[in-house]
Amino acid sequence: MDFPKQLTGKILLKEELPFEKDEIQHLLDSNDLIRTPSITKTFFQLICNRCGNKKHHLFGKIPCYRCQKTHFYCRNCIQTGRAMECTMLYEWTGPQANWPHETNPCAWEGTLTPAQSKAATAIQRAIQKHKEQLVWAVCGAGKTEMLFPGITYALQQGKRICLATPRSDVVRELMPRFQTAFPHTKIEALYANSSQKTGEGQLILSTTHQLIRYKHAFDVMIIDEIDAFPYHQDPSLHSLAERACKQISSKIYLTATPREKLKKRVSKIQLAAEFVPIRFHGHPLPVPISKLEWNLRKKINNKKLPQTLDSFLQARNPQRQLLIFVPTIHQLPLIKQLLINRFESLETVHAEDEERKEKVEAFRQKKYELLITTTILERGVTFPSVDVVILDAGHHVFDEAAIVQIAGRAGRSPIDPTGDVLLIHQGLTEAIKAAIKHIQSMNNRAKNQMQPTKIKRS
Amino acid sequence: MYCLICHQKIIYHHTWNSMLSPLSQICEECSIQLEPIQAPICERCGRPFKEPSICNDCLNWQRDPQYEKSLAFNRAIFTYNDRMKDIVYRWKYRGDYELVHLFKPYISEKFPQFYPNTKIPLVPIPLTDERMYERGFNQAEAIAQIIRDQFHNPIVHALSRKQNSHEKQSKKSKIQRIQADNPFKLKISINKPIIIVDDIYTTGTTIHHAAKRLKEAGSPAVYSLTMIR
Ligand SMILES: [Zn+2]
Ligand SMILES: [Zn+2]
Ligand SMILES: [Zn+2]
Repeated sequence: MDFPKQLTGKILLKEELPFEKDEIQHLLDSNDLIRTPSITKTFFQLICNRCGNKKHHLFGKIPCYRCQKTHFYCRNCIQTGRAMECTMLYEWTGPQANWPHETNPCAWEGTLTPAQSKAATAIQRAIQKHKEQLVWAVCGAGKTEMLFPGITYALQQGKRICLATPRSDVVRELMPRFQTAFPHTKIEALYANSSQKTGEGQLILSTTHQLIRYKHAFDVMIIDEIDAFPYHQDPSLHSLAERACKQISSKIYLTATPREKLKKRVSKIQLAAEFVPIRFHGHPLPVPISKLEWNLRKKINNKKLPQTLDSFLQARNPQRQLLIFVPTIHQLPLIKQLLINRFESLETVHAEDEERKEKVEAFRQKKYELLITTTILERGVTFPSVDVVILDAGHHVFDEAAIVQIAGRAGRSPIDPTGDVLLIHQGLTEAIKAAIKHIQSMNNRAKNQMQPTKIKRS
Repeated sequence: MYCLICHQKIIYHHTWNSMLSPLSQICEECSIQLEPIQAPICERCGRPFKEPSICNDCLNWQRDPQYEKSLAFNRAIFTYNDRMKDIVYRWKYRGDYELVHLFKPYISEKFPQFYPNTKIPLVPIPLTDERMYERGFNQAEAIAQIIRDQFHNPIVHALSRKQNSHEKQSKKSKIQRIQADNPFKLKISINKPIIIVDDIYTTGTTIHHAAKRLKEAGSPAVYSLTMIR
């Protein structure tokens, strides 16, 4: 058994250790494994050492049968295991794993556009120098490919790499692409209920929540969609990603819509940023059209098809698939009912949908003409040829970043690089205005970059 | 206060909160996703049914000479919808014990409707020692304690569960489940009516097995209460 490969960089609950009781005892006796309490109780607070939770309301009480005592457990990380006052965390202190140094790890034969190339160089440089690097790239810039040179370098050096993303759909989508690009590398995909769970890969693709089992594991940490929910909602996820990195490591942040905090660090020159305003196919981002619909919410609740949607449906290119985004799960059946006679095949999907994985895949295979979705499909997932509608774009779930991301679903394919983006609202919001401005300014920047002789006037 | 299920802060909303029992610890959004069982129900197993009569599953139980007289009837509070499936998964299999408190206001409302003015002893469905150690708690016991705290019915641990019995029901087919040996052993006989308490009534096998043992030991009538049907 290769203990170092299985355990280097891990922090696990006892039941997560893949060994028998006496093996564990043996490793503890030889000091290759150490254990620490998973919950620390101080005079004034509780701390979960597994996930970093310190919020009192996220600790529960359980009458523990094992100890015949009532004690605290962490409710923040319960979805991935239970840390109780009487449970310990196990960490490997034995010899570190040696990862292979591959001479020629990358089998990808495509070429990068000049814009992609520039970012790829910056990423590779950051990995060489153990630095932080932000890559601000528009939706459809082709950021996965931009990572390949840096990852190639890291694999040649025998480094361990993690790509963390907030969404399991994205992990599933990236896995086959990475496996094709790096056919000899041991790659693992980790998300809730993923079949692989050994966590032994040299290259790990993971949802951020699954990083809970890592500590000081990675030389390179790539954080995808750094601005996305749930990162900006739950700061403990940032610390999970932080803890998963080795003390000397490089961190690459990817985003199309950076939040203010990150932009500030860039403007203060605390963080190097590379900007990619051009899509890989060179066509501009589709600019959303916003349409006012009086009493939109009322109409939907009264099961009336909004006029603006009706005329859009009549005028659109029927060759494309259509994605309709709605603010909450409750609108899904209503909208489906309204449109059931307009489409041959349609489906709805939301975060807790048990068939989410299958439905997204079926839509990608063009099995439905229309997919009605909540914001879960706002990022990461790509469909080659879609039009996009946000129904009730003025709802607060659609902030600037969400609208920019959703609009970014259209026109992804070089064969069909355009696509309509319609924002139906019952009153223009700041978020809608800001998102449209954001997209226009990206397109302007792209134009300027493509015509380098043009001098920017200020 | 924070919602037991989604952890969001519960915002005080006058019309909403005033309708609620002070025992409630969940937010409006979570609460509307739960489906309390409404009449009409199957008079025997307590599931929602088209008319107040007896469902097919129950007719089968009644036709089975071994079990026809074991269980008087079951009553349940919620349907097993998708949201409830998530909750049960987190509660039992992930071990998020606190979720049991969400049942409190519903028990306080429904228990006296199902079993008015009685101090019938409660018998929680036991787990095997092995499972008990793994999980750290028994969900049926947790529910029984809520009922005891609210209505003062005594809890009697009349049954135990044999090791390596067919406890992992989900992995077996329905027929296998029903044919499986009775996993319960009698610890204490009670010659009074009894209410069996469990988290969920799925096929009814567990409860019928338990009821059979208690009935054989001299209880004149065995009822049951589950949170979910
Ligand atoms: Zn925790
Ligand atoms: Zn304990
Ligand atoms: Zn029935």
